[in-house]
Amino acid sequence: MATIEAMTGDEVAAEAMRQINPDVVAAYPITPQTEVVQNFSQSVANGRVKTEMIRVESEHSAMSACVGASAAGVRAMTATCANGLALMWEIVYIAASYRLPIVMAVANRALSGPINIHCDHSDSMGARDSGWIQLYSENCQEVYDNLIQAVKIAEDKSVLLPVMVCFDGFIISHATERVEILDDEKVKNFIGEFKPQYPLLDLNNPVTYGPLDLFDYYFEHKRQQVEAMENAISVIEKVGKEYEKISGRKYELVEKYNLEASDMVIIAAGSTAGTIKATIDELKEKGINVGLLKIRTFRPFPHVQIRDALKDKLCVAVMDRSASFGARGGPIFLEIRSTLYEEKKKPVVVNYIYGLGGRETTVEHIKKVVDNLSKIKKTGKVDRLIDYLGVRE
Amino acid sequence: MPSLKELSHKKELLSRGHRLCPGCGAPIIVRQVLLAADKPVIVACPTGCLEVGTTIYPYTAWKMPWIHCAFENAAATLSGVETAYRALKKQGKIKDDIRFIAFGGDGGTYDIGLQSLSGALERGHRMLYVCYDNEAYMNTGIQRSSASPLGAHTTTTPPGKAIPAGKTESRKNLTEIVAAHNIPYVAQASPGYHMDLMKKVQKALSVDGPSFINVFSPCPRGWRYPAEKTIEIAKLAVLTGFWPLYEVENGKYRITYKPRKKRPLREFLEAQGRFKHLLAEENKPIVERMEKEIESREKELMIRAGEGEK
Repeated sequence: MATIEAMTGDEVAAEAMRQINPDVVAAYPITPQTEVVQNFSQSVANGRVKTEMIRVESEHSAMSACVGASAAGVRAMTATCANGLALMWEIVYIAASYRLPIVMAVANRALSGPINIHCDHSDSMGARDSGWIQLYSENCQEVYDNLIQAVKIAEDKSVLLPVMVCFDGFIISHATERVEILDDEKVKNFIGEFKPQYPLLDLNNPVTYGPLDLFDYYFEHKRQQVEAMENAISVIEKVGKEYEKISGRKYELVEKYNLEASDMVIIAAGSTAGTIKATIDELKEKGINVGLLKIRTFRPFPHVQIRDALKDKLCVAVMDRSASFGARGGPIFLEIRSTLYEEKKKPVVVNYIYGLGGRETTVEHIKKVVDNLSKIKKTGKVDRLIDYLGVRE
Repeated sequence: MPSLKELSHKKELLSRGHRLCPGCGAPIIVRQVLLAADKPVIVACPTGCLEVGTTIYPYTAWKMPWIHCAFENAAATLSGVETAYRALKKQGKIKDDIRFIAFGGDGGTYDIGLQSLSGALERGHRMLYVCYDNEAYMNTGIQRSSASPLGAHTTTTPPGKAIPAGKTESRKNLTEIVAAHNIPYVAQASPGYHMDLMKKVQKALSVDGPSFINVFSPCPRGWRYPAEKTIEIAKLAVLTGFWPLYEVENGKYRITYKPRKKRPLREFLEAQGRFKHLLAEENKPIVERMEKEIESREKELMIRAGEGEK
């Protein structure tokens, strides 16, 4: 029997970690992720987990210790955000290249500078080429569900890649919501026992982790990483279906909301998808129809599913909660436009950069986006390909 | 401690055929350390000569579990391995009694890896960290580190008209910095005194907590001396007082080797091209400063070991 709780995103992340019961957690506190580390520490202190916790002196060491633990042959987890993720950057790449199935909760926060503790996606978007799978969560329930699924996705033999479960700092991490918590036993059975392939602790089969890999092999290893990421697409779908069976909640690579009813679409990742849903419902009553395509999986990028979902659509607004300086639009926008390039008949796609440094994004903002989409639909004209929502100019 | 003869029959865990330079101190130290270990060992290395020279994919010289992660995090990485071991041990999933050893150069230990090392020491992981201290960044081509001695000619501290001294700063005393963490065992050793080094390794591996041994590691290429003189120079460093051999066991200092007759520092300097410029008249004050530093450190050490007067 599932239980219903009222929990913040950080609390529910710590609760998922308690149920996953990893052998090793190495973590360092950073706002707004801190409560994940605190709450999990309490679970350790209360003897509710078997986890050995390493209270490291930095995020760099957090990821390094996770690499050591995971290579040793155990389930390892951590959590961070923003500058913490930036500090562990070097090791984030190494974790992926060693094919270590580490799971990390990321409470998305704006990267310095200037220093800012509030939400945007600049931290995890910056790590989009690091070789980690990235799942974005709309609300507290999804933080919980994604973390549990992440373990199974990461450890799949055809994948063996680390996973970031991203959720908006403060907006989700500090908002109390209704969440359904599965039974401990159910989670335990769902993720199963971790069976490492080449554990460092196996003295009878000694392995060398992290040799010098030069021009004669490095490229092939990178090619294998690309393939593992491609394999992850079907694994994420499969794990989503399995999870639906135990939770009753449906998880796909992308989520469609009112998509069939309209030829206008907004694309977004994270908590703003919820704001967009509320706007869609409100506008529907007034006879205006707009659809949402929510990006749950950003890495690997589910381009086939997105291409199919946007078939026959007329105009699309892509919401990016991070800027890619000097690029022609935000990271999600670039991916969407690239996905549609081969299509003979493709929609007009515009970009909105929004919510940087925690700038609030409300239903009113989304209505403006819908207004603009309606205008584009009517006139076929685009005033601004890339616009900035809610900024003073 | 087994005899040399007995040790010669022990299986070596670092194979021949690696690509470190002839006369390199690092593999000599690694072999001495691993020969001293009675229990199975898992090794971690930061980026550096030893890592690069022993593990060029698809080859490895390590006949044992080995991990390299990055340059500044051998201690943190190994702390993860050690913690995983403890977790599995607690769960009854592992029977072996395993020891954990990191081998890092002075770059990965004194400088870029100091935070990671300090963190691991404070957390109390049961691991031995061995620094093979060759007193500069040798892997990138002999640039100065904070372990480079005063006066050393490195590629970033070359003697010139404006700065004839070479390196103008005294080295960092890492052994004392580590000792200040109050861990159970800290020592300084030299491959020129292998029995002393191996005894220290045995002590270090027997303590239930972190231990650290700073090992003097001559580098023929970087120090500019013939490859066959490595052990000679490793001895000379001790005989001149440049590298005192001592240990700190649960806070108690002990000088483990005292040369019967101290040799003049000049002999150590003359033997290496990196100090050649110091023999010039204009650099006399540098040599005097070096001598003074050796003397004051020696006094300090004697006091700490309860052998000297305050």
